Amino acid sequence: MRFNKLFPALVASLTPAPLMAQSLDETINTIFADYTGWYVSFIFAPLPGTTFSWIALWLVVGALIFTGYFGFIQLRGFTHSIQLVKGDYSDPHDAGEVSHFQALATALSGTVGLGNIAGVAVAVGIGGPGATFWMVIAGIFGMATKFTECTLGVKYRNEYPDGRVSGGPMYYITKGFAERGLPGGKILAIIFCIFTILGALGGGNMFQANQAHAQLSGVLGDYPGWITGIVIAIVTFMVIVGGIKSIASVTEKVVPFMGIFYVAVSLIILLMNFDMIGWAFGQIFMGAFTGLGVVGGFTGALIQGFRRAAFSNEAGIGSAAIAHSAVKTKEPITEGYVALLEPFIDTVVICTMTALVIVITGVLNVDPETGLYVWNAEAGRISTQGEVAGVELTSAAFASVFSWFPALLAIAVVLFAFSTMISWSYYGLKAWTYLFGEGAAKEIVFKVIFCIFIVIGSAANLGPVIDFSDAMLFSMAIVNIIALYLLMPIVKRELSSYIARLHSGEIKRFKG
Amino acid sequence: MTSETYVVAYECVEDDDSVLDYAIASAKKTGAGLHIVHILEWSPYTFLTPQEIEERHGRRKEELTRAKEALLDPAMARVKAAGVPVDGEIRYGSIAELVVAITKEVNGTMIYVGRSGMHSISARVFGSVPLGLAQIAHVPTVIVP
Repeated sequence: MRFNKLFPALVASLTPAPLMAQSLDETINTIFADYTGWYVSFIFAPLPGTTFSWIALWLVVGALIFTGYFGFIQLRGFTHSIQLVKGDYSDPHDAGEVSHFQALATALSGTVGLGNIAGVAVAVGIGGPGATFWMVIAGIFGMATKFTECTLGVKYRNEYPDGRVSGGPMYYITKGFAERGLPGGKILAIIFCIFTILGALGGGNMFQANQAHAQLSGVLGDYPGWITGIVIAIVTFMVIVGGIKSIASVTEKVVPFMGIFYVAVSLIILLMNFDMIGWAFGQIFMGAFTGLGVVGGFTGALIQGFRRAAFSNEAGIGSAAIAHSAVKTKEPITEGYVALLEPFIDTVVICTMTALVIVITGVLNVDPETGLYVWNAEAGRISTQGEVAGVELTSAAFASVFSWFPALLAIAVVLFAFSTMISWSYYGLKAWTYLFGEGAAKEIVFKVIFCIFIVIGSAANLGPVIDFSDAMLFSMAIVNIIALYLLMPIVKRELSSYIARLHSGEIKRFKG
Repeated sequence: MTSETYVVAYECVEDDDSVLDYAIASAKKTGAGLHIVHILEWSPYTFLTPQEIEERHGRRKEELTRAKEALLDPAMARVKAAGVPVDGEIRYGSIAELVVAITKEVNGTMIYVGRSGMHSISARVFGSVPLGLAQIAHVPTVIVP
């Protein structure tokens, strides 16, 4: 039942004059586009002769360098990561502190979301099934980036007299640079914080609110976005300002189960089409190197796969380092080990599930004569059943097996968006307090601004504003990865010392 | 030096100290010492918000201090006053499993646990601590009504 059919008078009374809203949107858009358009174009500028943005290449090259520098830590350290998450090396006397599992789950709830559902559909829709292969490859390399940034996050975190523990790139940039005698740490940290605050308000807030409203209006029928915005803003306000932990706790508990449920439904669909799994993997591998009729062929698949992986798991952005820094451990490197599981779960597992379901359910149109995908030149993507793209393509793929899935997916997207907002409100706040200092009054200013931006994000069609904040989010990666290059010898020293003590038995295993 | 150690899984619900009284009486008869254990229910696999994660270390300290001052210290004082050797600790984890693990650590020969909470709905569905202990304990376990 549609919302506007249920409450027509309410909706009519709540709807602002369209002309006024439009003109306000347009005014803000124009101002933003005029002043910030050049920066957005710079950040997302494609490499010459391709559609591959240099910022995605920056993230992928960083991941490759960290992978090489730490000797494929994501492969040789994978088993140890699992042991750490299981608590095999956790001293039972430290129980009650934040466990590795809890830090990982919280960090994941900030990254798992639209990227895994809509982003993958965009990648497969444009780059073909082969994009999945490159997405997985990029996800695997991204594991080394997370390893590096989260180790540093714990090593240089702050422990306050009242027992609070927090950290992040701004702290490892300041302290790590000072330790190595490198200049400019303080300035770089300030730049990082500015990017983080703007990224939190944009990609971590307005974009999420905007997409949540798009999903809700898709299910309930069209209604003004500011209604969604105000509802989400009030709930968020209650959580981050009012300290109503129950809402946050419910969300943080529901979101992981949503993720597990999403993977479970995907697996059921794959099992129901068991005979086609081999074919689907064949499509993914063949498509990775030939494109299977997709315009751009091998390069098109590679570009889309790499781009979506980089944008989905946030490896190199620096946000994970903030989330992971409060774990209880005497060994910072252990949190690096745990964090490397994040891109694995986010990209290698969940994104691959989405891609496999899209391929197996046959929502991508194939030419029966050639066996190649039919290209929709007008839309610039593979022709799909119903000609849908993005989150609607994922929804259609799941709905082809389970008709009830779209409604559930809409709820999942809204919850994922909300949990991402809660996470980013925290990341933004940490950057804010780094710049302006700790204190209830200073913190509440940021929190109120954050809630106001939720309403703006869901109410307005502010393309240039959201583009600018997205650009800020990826600007965090420019600063963060420069810092990681300069500080990675410290991580290597930690790693060598840890491995030596692990092998000598100095680091004790408590169970298993 | 006492020959035996009895472990008391101590909760002190609604000022009901019957389990402690019974354990003191038993220890006096046999010359055993008591090891009082108070467990704060905790799972490392729950989900927390970023803010909760930041505050967790501080909150743990507060919880431990509160439990020590409000529960463990008064209980130990009562046992001492009765002339029974006593030791105690506060830990986090799954109550029944941890009481058994601590009993092994201190070479305990008997476990005393109160019957409190056995009639709650959650206890009926998920099983209560006394019933859990009765099933997994490796030493005789006394459930004190």
